Amino acid sequence: MKSGGSFAEIFIEDRRSTSAVLDDGLVEELNNGRDRGAGIRVVSGETTGFAHTADLSASGLHKAAEAASSAARSNSEAVVEVDLSNESIPNISEIEIFPKEVSKSEKVALLKSADESVRDAGLPVTQVAARYGDSHRVLQIANSEGLLTGDRQIRSSFSVSCVAAGDAGMQTGRESVGRTVGFELFKDTNVDEVALKAAARAVTKLDSVPAPSGEMPVVVGPGGGGVLFHEACGHGLEADLIEKSASVFAGKQGEMVAAPNVTLIDDGTMVGEWGRFAIDDEGNPAHQNVLIEDGVLTDYMWDWQRARKHGRLSSGNGRRQSYRHLPMVRMTNTFLAAGDGDPQEIIEDTEYGIYVAQLGGGQVNTATGDFVFGMTEAYLIENGKLAAPIRDGNLIGNGPQVLLDIDAIAGDFAMGSPGTCGKDGQGVPVGDGTPTLRVKRLTVGGTAT
Amino acid sequence: MSTELIEIAELVTSWSASDEQVEAVVTSDRETEVRAYEGEIESLTVAESQGIGVRVIKDGRQGFAYAGTLEENELLEVLSEARDNASFASPDEFSGLAEPDGVESVSLDVYSDGVNSLATNKKIDYALELEKLTLATDKRISGIESSEYTDVVSESAIATSTGIRSSSKESGCCLMVYALAEEKGETQTGFGFSIGRNPDELDVAKAASDASDRATRMLGSTKPKSERLTVVLDPWVSAQFLQIVGSTLSAEMVLKGRSLFADRLGETVASPIISLVDDPTNPQAFTATETDGEGLATRRNVLIENGELKMFLHNVWTARKAASTSTGSAIRSYASTPGVGIQAISLKPGGRDPIDLIADIDNGILIQSVTGLHSGVNPISGDFSTGAEGLRISNGELSEPLREFTIGSTIQKMLKDVSEVGSDLEWLPMSSAGSTVVINELTVSGA
Repeated sequence: MKSGGSFAEIFIEDRRSTSAVLDDGLVEELNNGRDRGAGIRVVSGETTGFAHTADLSASGLHKAAEAASSAARSNSEAVVEVDLSNESIPNISEIEIFPKEVSKSEKVALLKSADESVRDAGLPVTQVAARYGDSHRVLQIANSEGLLTGDRQIRSSFSVSCVAAGDAGMQTGRESVGRTVGFELFKDTNVDEVALKAAARAVTKLDSVPAPSGEMPVVVGPGGGGVLFHEACGHGLEADLIEKSASVFAGKQGEMVAAPNVTLIDDGTMVGEWGRFAIDDEGNPAHQNVLIEDGVLTDYMWDWQRARKHGRLSSGNGRRQSYRHLPMVRMTNTFLAAGDGDPQEIIEDTEYGIYVAQLGGGQVNTATGDFVFGMTEAYLIENGKLAAPIRDGNLIGNGPQVLLDIDAIAGDFAMGSPGTCGKDGQGVPVGDGTPTLRVKRLTVGGTAT
Repeated sequence: MSTELIEIAELVTSWSASDEQVEAVVTSDRETEVRAYEGEIESLTVAESQGIGVRVIKDGRQGFAYAGTLEENELLEVLSEARDNASFASPDEFSGLAEPDGVESVSLDVYSDGVNSLATNKKIDYALELEKLTLATDKRISGIESSEYTDVVSESAIATSTGIRSSSKESGCCLMVYALAEEKGETQTGFGFSIGRNPDELDVAKAASDASDRATRMLGSTKPKSERLTVVLDPWVSAQFLQIVGSTLSAEMVLKGRSLFADRLGETVASPIISLVDDPTNPQAFTATETDGEGLATRRNVLIENGELKMFLHNVWTARKAASTSTGSAIRSYASTPGVGIQAISLKPGGRDPIDLIADIDNGILIQSVTGLHSGVNPISGDFSTGAEGLRISNGELSEPLREFTIGSTIQKMLKDVSEVGSDLEWLPMSSAGSTVVINELTVSGA
């Protein structure tokens, strides 16, 4: 590929996805989709021109390249000469059973099994919805720096949502699993157990009390706290936001930003995890990046463009939702390293507060550091013991303060549920994990005063 | 292009066999996005996207497939995938495509050629001018996180083997800016926008001053203490809550046992001052549309009148299952089967100016932004708590800024606790309009 711009890149994506949904006892639909196309980026100085097309013929690509080049206000005419025919896609993702080689009836059977296991369990569950999904994403990336590479990313997922009904109304419970693997996911995962977990969550909440309101200690269970770090500081450590001073963590490299027992890592190389890939969507290899080490901010996350500006290498965090999107700095699998505390002692040591077993989504304003995250399974802690389940709600805190307020970390590390991280309208799959931990003070947004 | 899209949809449905129903939804979008940063173009994206979704129903079994291209060999593959998928679905006697129901669609003027005819340089100028103006509004504005101009021309067509034919073309453009304000080492952010069908409707100065106001008003903000008190939602916030309320009034939620308003038809579910209407035929709504996601005419649906629950929203499937008729409320993209949902929802405005409503309040909070709606609202149980920012109301006047707190209640209780709806009504870039709304009692969780 050549171009009049100072940098040119072609990103070709071919994604096939399958989903199957069972709801209200019926297999409602099987959905197959195919999205295939190319995104062409031309960077001239600080200006990026971008065009995408679903037309992968030479003339279609040429037209898109011209559009991108003229958008970048590059002076000379773009010339695209890409020969991708002899390039072999490295067999990178570790796949045993390709989902496309599994019959649709086998996929549907998983849904029926999950549904029946809940309906046969004699629980006060009134509704079950189950979803199976797989995606097969093949990438080819070439750029004017001579890069020619590719990846094949296969993800499989399964989720169940239940509604339970009691005297005090309806409650919901959800459980999901998702890994960057093929259909072998279902050798290791029993979908009936996934379904029963979702059901138990809904049923438990039938006896829930309104969440308390105000500041108190919050203990987060193993695997449950990833969203907290994703929002409290993950986004704030993305170099594009740092560069625009739109993060409270700008200019804090080398400084103590968290309690001394906090080590936070973003790692796209974790085999099988939901945010796993061999190369990012700019062709750079996935990395393990230590963001905070023993409380000290060691590095931010970088994509090609931000790294180039700072004369360093990308950290493998340039990602995009599809060929229709420009890449930007994104997290992969973000986790808090295990500490040496005992999870039971952390709870016993908490006189009054809440214990969050499962977090929902979250949102952050990186410029102020204020963030919220939801709790979808949580309990009161009274006199060092788990007490009544509490109703759904949000917690709110300020990232830099929360990092300093972490006063206990246990050794029981676990990865959490698969997530989709949204930024600027683009969603990408991300993983997270934490051991049991305690924040000595967070604001719980309940209604009980 | 519209005629071409309907021709593609008709071509696919013409391949239907006599014992099956086939629906094809075809879309085409043309977009421009310009981002400015520090006086330069940060990025300029020009793009066209197409897509087709095909639904096949045979023996009550439904299958679906889609592709992000309109190449003819792909069309055949999509149809055959959808057919194959149908064979794995459970039979459902209520499955079926829309059929012409005799309801005439309104004629809406939602396309303007201005987006197409405006030169790229002028679009760039919008983004640059927006950044420049926002920076100049206030000396405390320390930077601009993003300043962008976007426009889109969307066309779509639906054809079915059951006789549905519809096509539409609409244009839209938007200015959006995120400003950073800084004072005494503290940073706050605020956004401003302007939206229209035609670029000449865009108001750069308003977008700039709104962003500046939103960012600077939060400087020096503190965390309130936890208490129950009167809360006023500004239009931006009330519009977001209306979307959640609207989602609970879908017949799909009702029929599948997920609506907290099931079995409540004819009952009082809200304060008597609440009348809630979903009206995608209203040209003032940016989401106004002549036909719904199944090709039926949209219509004005009164959901709640003077506090009384009047109806639920239906698509074809829910209407069949409930022995009712579609309310023209199917919503979807080419990559999904039709769901049911609101399209342009609003409250009937009250008689008093927002300022007068605030003047009545001795101690309260005006909520100007909420965060975490997706994680903090459970539309099935009705529980909600969201992050919030706003201004203290003391003795009838707006005073100091507040942040890092949540507001919480249940959807059921909040609807009954509404004591006033202002005379204002503002259509926003979402499927709802906002009005100033006073709620007698919400729980504020803070320090």
